[in-house]
Amino acid sequence: MAKALTKQQHLDLYYYMRLNRAVEDTMVKLFRQNKIVGGLYSSLGQEAVSVGTAFALEKKDWLAPMIRNIGALLVKGVPPRDVFMQHMAKYDSPTKGKDGTSHFGDLDNLHIVSPISMLGDLIPVMTGVAMAGRYLGHKIVAMTWIGDGGSSTGVFHEGLNFAATQKAPFVLVLENNLWAYSTPVKRQVPVENLADRAKAYGVKSFVVDGNDVAAVFTTAREAVELAREGEGPILIEAKTFRRMGHAQHDPAEYVPAEMKKYWEERDPISRHKKFLFKEKLLDEKGKKEIDAKISALLEKERDFAENSPFPPAEFAEHGVYCTGDDCHKIRAKWERPIAEVTPPKSGVPAVWTVEGFGSGKGSGGGSAPIHFGDTVKHEQKEEAAPSNNGAKSPAKKTAKKSVIATARKAKR
Amino acid sequence: MAQVTFLDAIKQAMYEEMERDPTVVLIGEDVGVYGGAFKTSEGLLAKFGWERVIDTPISESAIVGAACGMSYLGLRPIAEMQFIDFIVCAFNQITNFVAKGHYLWNAPAPIVIRGPAGGGVHGGPFHSANPEMYFVHTPGLKVIYPSTPYDAKGLLKAAIRDNNPVLFFEHKFLYRRIKEEIPEGDYVVPIGKAAVRREGKHLTIVSYAAMMHTSLEAADELAKEGIEAEVIDLRTLMPLDSDTIVESVKKTNRCLVVHEDTKTGGIAGEIAAILCERAFGHLDGPLMRVTALDTPVPYSPPLEEYFLPNKEKVLHAARELAKY
Ligand SMILES: Cc1ncc(C[n+]2csc(CCOP(=O)(O)OP(=O)(O)O)c2C)c(N)n1
Ligand SMILES: [Mg+2]
Repeated sequence: MAKALTKQQHLDLYYYMRLNRAVEDTMVKLFRQNKIVGGLYSSLGQEAVSVGTAFALEKKDWLAPMIRNIGALLVKGVPPRDVFMQHMAKYDSPTKGKDGTSHFGDLDNLHIVSPISMLGDLIPVMTGVAMAGRYLGHKIVAMTWIGDGGSSTGVFHEGLNFAATQKAPFVLVLENNLWAYSTPVKRQVPVENLADRAKAYGVKSFVVDGNDVAAVFTTAREAVELAREGEGPILIEAKTFRRMGHAQHDPAEYVPAEMKKYWEERDPISRHKKFLFKEKLLDEKGKKEIDAKISALLEKERDFAENSPFPPAEFAEHGVYCTGDDCHKIRAKWERPIAEVTPPKSGVPAVWTVEGFGSGKGSGGGSAPIHFGDTVKHEQKEEAAPSNNGAKSPAKKTAKKSVIATARKAKR
Repeated sequence: MAQVTFLDAIKQAMYEEMERDPTVVLIGEDVGVYGGAFKTSEGLLAKFGWERVIDTPISESAIVGAACGMSYLGLRPIAEMQFIDFIVCAFNQITNFVAKGHYLWNAPAPIVIRGPAGGGVHGGPFHSANPEMYFVHTPGLKVIYPSTPYDAKGLLKAAIRDNNPVLFFEHKFLYRRIKEEIPEGDYVVPIGKAAVRREGKHLTIVSYAAMMHTSLEAADELAKEGIEAEVIDLRTLMPLDSDTIVESVKKTNRCLVVHEDTKTGGIAGEIAAILCERAFGHLDGPLMRVTALDTPVPYSPPLEEYFLPNKEKVLHAARELAKY
């Protein structure tokens, strides 16, 4: 079964969960000081999901976070100052003030795709990332997250099904925190495990205790390996709980008190700390050192963020379109011989072809029937068409050569 | 030079671009083995293989989303909508994800979304759409709607090479009805440049796609009556070549816009505003428009004929306008 974790891995998981929580605690303070421009979402109690899953990725892999996956961004290498500045709408933030929260990405270095608010949209997008990675020979895995609520969007189903037909090296983490805003999961999805849905798409799935970071990591590691080997996509349902309201404004009074209590007792950071202490992988002194390191780091990062200016107003006008090579040089990085994907070699069936499909005859070339608008068929129909008080239908005229000839002369 | 249909021009553009650049891939429903519902991708699968000609389930959001994701690694996917009517199933992916990426997080999405559009072939209310204006209204997208095989090929190539998401509408009425000699080999037509199809001094007719041909036919007839109409083919709706329109109207002092899209919210309204801003003192009459009715596209031939603009309607409006 799963390989045991090394001491360093256990400690790293602890560090990132602590960092995740401390970053969000800092943002709560900033929010209360009115320094955060928009809303603030919390992943309190869910840190094991973001951290444990992202920790299973390699540097070359791609991820796209959702709103409660700040932890995944930190694991991937995003500095806390970027997270602060995004929320504070500062000019030095990754989107230079054009968007907030976790809505930012980095195509070139960290391989992060920015989410948008519309839930589920990342699923086909990350499927495309996974497909392109495979096509270019990168051997990457793409990962994104979706909530229990977001799993009811149409695009979740379109995306997962399409990924399945493509056997895309893609891992989807379904973060079931039992609530979608004020709506409990049972009101949204009448199945026991949300992971059961994977079966309907022929997708392999796992269910994991989302508050056990080592379990999340080992499950994710297996999923990532399977996906990389061509067994993707893989769905992981991580069962957890949203301990705060939907966002800072929401006191979440609709959540039963005993439910909150139950999950507070299963706090992923306390649990992992207890485990580390018990296994003598960490002691009080070591813990204090980690705390001190994080405080020092965040103080510096927060200072930087607070000192960053707002963007200049006119910046609002810039960047709607890419203006060409001076703006972005778009170059695919080939890590397989290009000859494999160009004729004559490219006609060779790919490894994930569907048996029996495509072995029949092709259609009849240039004169093959087309769906609508076929001239011959159409003109026959026209004979019988009733006329409408003299108004001639454009359908009656096949455009005359003379017209086209005029067009050409004027143009060149 | 060979006579080539509009449909063949599309096919040639995709073939040549895929041959030239291995980052170009095609993704859509029935584009592979079947060669596309309109045969625009015939033969591509055999030549370029399964990794580059990707048959998908019926999932427009997934098609556009995956194309966008692929573009983030430097590919240049062409996403086909089997009929352009279905593009609205991917409306959110296009307008929220694809269109905003460059502005928000500096991520270009060099994809082309293309498909057969337009009426006049009795396709009915769900196979005849002209949805261009939804997208013209969305910052971050470019929108092309050509009228000739030469432009179709050159503009599709330009669209594939463009670093922005480009929506490329192909009028299916034109697919096999018009033929044109086009040069063999590579050429591009620049995005964002209108073409003056016919010069004239009495009024300017601005049009695009199938209605450009209707406008030219009307212009020929008007000439016999002594009315010389200048006909402008927009070719690209976003970015709109307003300079060419303004220049022409400064000369003719009258403007008629002819489009197959419905009237309210059609590009004619935008052109009217531009002329008010930039050529108000040059106008001798009101901007007039000949467009489809503000209804869904009806199915039955007499209904559809009544719904669509045609030469008679253009002639009528042009004669009225010429009186000012
Ligand atoms: C398509 C869509 N509809 C509605 C919303 C508004 N909305 C934002 S978050 C949310 C609840 C999401 O619940 P879930 O997916 O379980 O994620 P969680 O907040 O629990 O992490 C809603 C309804 C949205 N962002 N996207
Ligand atoms: Mg939830």
